[in-house]
Amino acid sequence: MPRLIELKGVSKLFGKQTVLNHVDLYIRQNEFVTLLGPSGCGKTTTLRIIGGFEQPSSGDVFFNEKSMLNTPPHKRKLNTVFQKYALFPNMNVAENIAFGLKIKKVPKAEIKEKVIAMLKLVNLEGFENRRVTALSGGQQQRVAIARALVNEPEVLLLDEPLGALDLKLRKEMQVELKKMQQKLGITFIYVTHDQEEALTMSDTIAVMNEGEILQIGTPEDIYNEPKNAFVAAFIGESNILSGKMLQDFHVEFAGVNFTCIDKGFAKNEHVDIVVRPEDIRITTPDAGMVNGVVSNVIFKGVHYEMRVDAAGISWKVHSTVQSPTGSSVGLVIAPELIHVMKKSVSSIEDNVS
Amino acid sequence: MRRLFTYPYILWLAIFVIAPLLLVVFFAVTGTDTYGNTYFTLQNMGQFFEGIIDDQPFFQRIYVVITMRSLRLALQTAVICFILGYPLAYILASKGFRNKPFLIFLFIMPMWMNFLVRTYGWMSILERNGIMNNFLRLLNLPTIDIMFTDSAVLLGMVYNFLPFMVLPIYTSLTKMDKRIIEAAQDLGANPRNVFLRVVFPLSLPGVVSGITMVFMPAAATFIIPNLLGGGQFFLLGNLVEQQFMLAGNWHFGSAVAVVMIILMIVSTFILSRFDRQEEVSEGGMRL
Repeated sequence: MPRLIELKGVSKLFGKQTVLNHVDLYIRQNEFVTLLGPSGCGKTTTLRIIGGFEQPSSGDVFFNEKSMLNTPPHKRKLNTVFQKYALFPNMNVAENIAFGLKIKKVPKAEIKEKVIAMLKLVNLEGFENRRVTALSGGQQQRVAIARALVNEPEVLLLDEPLGALDLKLRKEMQVELKKMQQKLGITFIYVTHDQEEALTMSDTIAVMNEGEILQIGTPEDIYNEPKNAFVAAFIGESNILSGKMLQDFHVEFAGVNFTCIDKGFAKNEHVDIVVRPEDIRITTPDAGMVNGVVSNVIFKGVHYEMRVDAAGISWKVHSTVQSPTGSSVGLVIAPELIHVMKKSVSSIEDNVS
Repeated sequence: MRRLFTYPYILWLAIFVIAPLLLVVFFAVTGTDTYGNTYFTLQNMGQFFEGIIDDQPFFQRIYVVITMRSLRLALQTAVICFILGYPLAYILASKGFRNKPFLIFLFIMPMWMNFLVRTYGWMSILERNGIMNNFLRLLNLPTIDIMFTDSAVLLGMVYNFLPFMVLPIYTSLTKMDKRIIEAAQDLGANPRNVFLRVVFPLSLPGVVSGITMVFMPAAATFIIPNLLGGGQFFLLGNLVEQQFMLAGNWHFGSAVAVVMIILMIVSTFILSRFDRQEEVSEGGMRL
């Protein structure tokens, strides 16, 4: 697949503060790429640089292998769905959607036709003459998407477009957006801090923190093979532990020597271990690799979330079977479910509950 | 408890707003006979629209002429202030300046000076042997004699009322959501289209309040035409002043004031229609 958009060594400074630090990223045609990270990680700035609203302090942005640095936003072949939508309050729904086409001097009849088709696509038939301020959040959001899509951009940039919606609507819109993307064959670059949203919709996820891309990969890669403790903690729930790689396939943590499937570390190298709560099996006391006492149980709907105090560590364990608080249990972890990672420079283990 | 706090304001409004208004209306519809008795009459109001000679065409009648002149000058002032003020507000609101607070300070500073002093200042500039003409003579250029004319009054009004145009427009421009402007750029609008289709329409509430804040005092002012128009320049404000201070005819003076109030209400209503359209689009209405 050809690279449609490419960022090469893009850095951005606001004053003395580094917001983006040497970001490399490419996006292929028809790909759904999500920039995922906590607020302030630089994901929106990355999107704004692609959109042309910010200039990188250094580095270059390519569109079909041509540098875009000197192209102002109104000449870039992409459209943006803004956070909080940024609809034109002085125009009604149809005028908002028609804005881009009017600028391009598309014939009136054609504009009308396209606006109606767009309204149908986003399920807002008959809303042409409504004031945008009289719409609900979900409706405004769909107008914003229609306003961008009607221009048939090659790339659609979406800046936390679902952030202001309630959970149920957000889930519906996630599915709708993904469907639209597949149907129209448009490249989506999507910014969110919601890991679940990223996992649900993306072909590729780029996890960002403090102005850097930590890991790029498919949702499965990112979830199953996090590169470091930050990615592991940010995506999904996890037990992150400090350990020592004794030799290939043997790692020691929580005072126990575990068999694992990782290799290639230095002998006795200090490492971070990720164990997902759903990967820990509860067994009878004394039959586990580590043994302890259940300190807390929370019912989560599909499963129970239990805290097990064992070997001086509070383990987070998910199970559909409840072990009551105070009961003694054993914990078993299969070798392939232990994920060993290089220690990141600043271990965030303490911040992860 | 909270209601208790409103009573002083209600009292204030009653004494200093409602009572004077009622008094003005009372004087406007009454007369005083030779014995000092007060009686009801519509004669004062009628006098305003009467001609001096019989069958004088309506628009040649003296008070109608004064009214039209006042409204025309106020409108010209508002339009000139808008033409001068909008670009100024736009420049001030754009982020290009490093020292914006200082610029705004410079702009507001003349307002600290007394209104009268500023207008006297213009007199000494515009006079036949004033600063302007001395300067022109120095350059061997023909002198300009605009003191006591339409132009001098207009100049004085524009100078004095310009800040009232700039500030509301400046406010409406600075509080505008930058994302909306970016959205327009994103959809292909060049700077000209961004301005014409988005920025200007969204700044209209500021323009409307600017025009209101210039037009109203300009239509009622009497100091500026007194000083720069030289008294001969008769506007509604001068007429009221003359009736109260010189002629001592409180009844007719009040009648003129009532006509002015009605004119203001009508113009406010016309302007508010523009404003309300904006309000609807800015978020009041729910379907």
